[in-house]
Amino acid sequence: MKLLGKYVDKGMQGNVTLMPEESEDMWHAYNLIAEGDSVRSTTIRKVQNETATGSSTSSRVRTTLTIAVETIDFDTQACVLRLKGRNIEENQYVKMGAYHTLDLELNRKFELRKPEWDTIALERIEMACDPTQSADVAAVVMQEGLAHVCLITASMTLVRSKIEVSIPRKRKGSVQQHEKGLAKFYEQVMQSILRHVNFDVVKCVLIASPGFVRDQFHDYMFQQAVKMDYKLLLDNKSKFMLVHASSGFKHSLKEVLQEPAVVAKISDTKAAGEVKALEQFYMMLQCEPAKAFYGKKHVLRASESQAIETLLISDNLFRCQDVNLRKEYVSLVESVRDAGGEVKIFSSMHISGEQLAQLTGVAALLRFPMPELEDSDDDDDEDGAAGGDDSDSD
Amino acid sequence: MSRHRIVRTMDYKDEYDGYDDVYGHSVDDDHCISPTDAQQWLYDRERGRQSISTFISKNKDIKEEGEHDEDAEDEAYEKARRDSESFQMPELNEMDQAKLSSCVDEVRSVVGDTVSERRIVETSMKFDYDIQKILDEILNGETKKSAKPTLRPKVPVPIAATTVKSASKPPPPAKISLKEPRRGFEIASPKLPSSPVVSGRNSPVEVGEGDLSRTSASLFKVSKDQSQRNAQQLYEKERADQKSHIHMIVIGHVDAGKSTLMGHLLYDTGNVSQRVMHKHEQESKKLGKQSFMYAWVLDETGEERARGITMDVGQSRIETKTKIVTLLDAPGHKDFIPNMISGATQADVALLVVDATRGEFESGFELGGQTREHAILVRSLGVNQLGVVINKLDTVGWSQQRFTEIVTKLKSFLKQAGFKESDVSFTPCSGLTGENLTKTAQEAALTSWYSGRHLLDVIENFKIPERAIDRPLRMSVSDIYKGTGSGFCISGRVETGMICVNDKVLVGASREQAQVKSLTMDEFTQTSVFAGDQISVTLAGVDINNITVGCIISDPQTPIPVTTRFQARIIVFSVKVPITMGYPVLLHHQSLIEPAVVCKLTASIHKSTGEVVKKKPRCLGSNSCALVELETSRPICIERYADFKELGRIMLRVAGVTIAAGMVTKIR
Repeated sequence: MKLLGKYVDKGMQGNVTLMPEESEDMWHAYNLIAEGDSVRSTTIRKVQNETATGSSTSSRVRTTLTIAVETIDFDTQACVLRLKGRNIEENQYVKMGAYHTLDLELNRKFELRKPEWDTIALERIEMACDPTQSADVAAVVMQEGLAHVCLITASMTLVRSKIEVSIPRKRKGSVQQHEKGLAKFYEQVMQSILRHVNFDVVKCVLIASPGFVRDQFHDYMFQQAVKMDYKLLLDNKSKFMLVHASSGFKHSLKEVLQEPAVVAKISDTKAAGEVKALEQFYMMLQCEPAKAFYGKKHVLRASESQAIETLLISDNLFRCQDVNLRKEYVSLVESVRDAGGEVKIFSSMHISGEQLAQLTGVAALLRFPMPELEDSDDDDDEDGAAGGDDSDSD
Repeated sequence: MSRHRIVRTMDYKDEYDGYDDVYGHSVDDDHCISPTDAQQWLYDRERGRQSISTFISKNKDIKEEGEHDEDAEDEAYEKARRDSESFQMPELNEMDQAKLSSCVDEVRSVVGDTVSERRIVETSMKFDYDIQKILDEILNGETKKSAKPTLRPKVPVPIAATTVKSASKPPPPAKISLKEPRRGFEIASPKLPSSPVVSGRNSPVEVGEGDLSRTSASLFKVSKDQSQRNAQQLYEKERADQKSHIHMIVIGHVDAGKSTLMGHLLYDTGNVSQRVMHKHEQESKKLGKQSFMYAWVLDETGEERARGITMDVGQSRIETKTKIVTLLDAPGHKDFIPNMISGATQADVALLVVDATRGEFESGFELGGQTREHAILVRSLGVNQLGVVINKLDTVGWSQQRFTEIVTKLKSFLKQAGFKESDVSFTPCSGLTGENLTKTAQEAALTSWYSGRHLLDVIENFKIPERAIDRPLRMSVSDIYKGTGSGFCISGRVETGMICVNDKVLVGASREQAQVKSLTMDEFTQTSVFAGDQISVTLAGVDINNITVGCIISDPQTPIPVTTRFQARIIVFSVKVPITMGYPVLLHHQSLIEPAVVCKLTASIHKSTGEVVKKKPRCLGSNSCALVELETSRPICIERYADFKELGRIMLRVAGVTIAAGMVTKIR
């Protein structure tokens, strides 16, 4: 993302002009834009003209519109962001108050005006515009008969394709069916890698599986590559990395990202950092349960006593429609920072973020044990969960 | 048209000349129809009017029907009316007339409008206006004709959903006893039979269990044969002269010698020919792995042989004096535990193989070794009887001291895991040399202190568990493959009930209906199979892509519940990190492996007393017991433990470690 202009006054009012450059920027834009903001961008609109004689013609016009956003739609797979709202600046084609749906496009700037910019939003812009953060990794988690081809970017994990093939078991006297099924499965996985992985961008390709599936697949792939002369694979052979995973399901990506060999290679990606942070939380919960809490109510009370050392919070909480709820979370983040704590904002598109979102969306590691929190038996633990659920994007 | 016509040179104009006059007009014109026949098909307005008017004039005292009946019973009424329209009241004297009309009213109040006027009147006259008899006759006839539900929904569909919700009051989570009556949370109000569609996340399966038995007849038609046969009788008839079947899984740490032991057992019992064995010997020698020659009997894929470990469950069978034993050779390696679990769900008894070699037993038994995990797994999967084989005892010179050392260690552990001491036996042997396998021990060093049973004898002495043949059909699919001939085969174990050829069955969560084309058990074609049998079924009428490993085949009359969310009572094993809300796990249920999320921790309960220790705990640590709710992304077939023990057991695994075992207590 490119920041082209930023005019935010002391009252935190103002506008920002941004230009998305890659599909991930759409995700950032999705997290920035809230209902009630106004967005100005160029778009195509179908305009109907009626002549004096009564015949009407319609034509498509490219024009610049400003709308007050009412609905936000994000397609996680295609990374397309659609904003629907009323026109608030009349021009020659579009009347005031007419509805229009803006399709934000790559490499076309848009201007975003918010009634109030908070720190989370400003941070998001900074993060989005940081070019060092882009490090793409492709990962294939597989087991016999199941494979997920994923792309891991700084703030998103996208499942590009899921391959599910039923492979006949070995049985007395008919091993061929098993082996044939396996070969067919490997072929599909390989084709999917060829189709979905862009080797120009991707730093490395992780192949993870239980048992020997990864080795078998790796052998098969390069045998085929030599046979069929897939230049793309042969040139990038060094990028492939074989790792252990316990299954072929998506959430075993978590194990993959914890693998020491992988950590060394992709050390600074957000995904790996998040996995580590969440793991720390769980370890603390196991060892010293009085120093690890989750759920909005508990965390807020811990924050009141300035006890929070690390706050883990899922970004889907900031995407909620309710302005007051968002403010509450923003102030939580700010108060933790003021007290010298660390705040980790998880992307809900990563595996660990998904898990955190399920875990009410907010968790905290404390500086000192607060057993009194645990004792205060409460029944509205679900409040936080409900807040997290409604704005979950996928 | 003859095949030998010369089509190439044919003059089409001439050919079709003859057809023209046929195509010109309707075929019907050529035939005549008798006036009576015609009347049957043609609508005559007079007819209907006349019958109604006579009906009204003669039944002045007929009661007004309740409004709710009218709109709900429309359909049935429509049908009944067609019948009664052309029906005229018989001529009767006043006395009889009164009796008849009161009779009809009485009957109507019981059966509603589902029975035609004519039928009621005829039956009433037949039984001389005796209400009891008339009702008997009508109702019996009705159920015989079809199991059409007599109760129909009294509320329109959207409201039905809400009433259902309120009617199914959640039982207090405080006292969950597994012995609650079978239909503990049955829904009181009748519902529309829902179409067998996959339910989404927020729309749990509408067809409640109690309802199924009633509505399913209209949902899925089955032949009379299938619905009325007596499974127990059939079983006795078919299997009286056969040996009983038992499934035995062989488990243990990697490289404990499971496959070799089984291979040797198969060879010694004459199930592997000399020629094949010779081939294995030669080939294994070539690779420099002669000690694997027996293991190759069961490890057939090239990969398994090259690496020298079992990866998938191998299957074969032996016959003893009184039993037919299906051997399931489980992989010992940690990464293949999912395969082992799917094998263990099919087993009745288990054989635990431990390596007696110094250091080897210890590494397999210490924390993280598979001896421990396997034993706990099979126990949680419902295996009660365990034979422990102390293998490779020849490597320690048949030392008695080593044997007793291992036995004492294992005994205390197995007791902890929940095995009864009387159900566990210990046998020393050597898989490679074949000592004490099928014949009593010969080796002097062994016979000096051991005079117990040999392995085959131990297997012989396993008790056959009860088979639930009377229950509705449930079969879990463990494999799908293309068979010879048409269609495709699925294989798996019949958990409960029975299947006959030509039966209609429901497949998986989509509840697609399929027909059983043929049944094979151990390569022999069968006409019927029963609970406990390991079979393969050729199915027709369903797409191969709609069946996945782990789905359940069930009886159309009592389909298996399909859900995405259910409650389970779990026992947490030793875990590295605690289980919290939103914890992603892999759910193992029969052969099914499905990602799931622990979406709610309802209560943690005391391990032995079952009392609620804490409601809504924050997390579950090692060795705790709790009630949790699990949610899967796709709908799965599952049963409550109280209803079907076999299908109510689940396993939760994370990152290659089994973290909890449990049973299903409630299905949403």
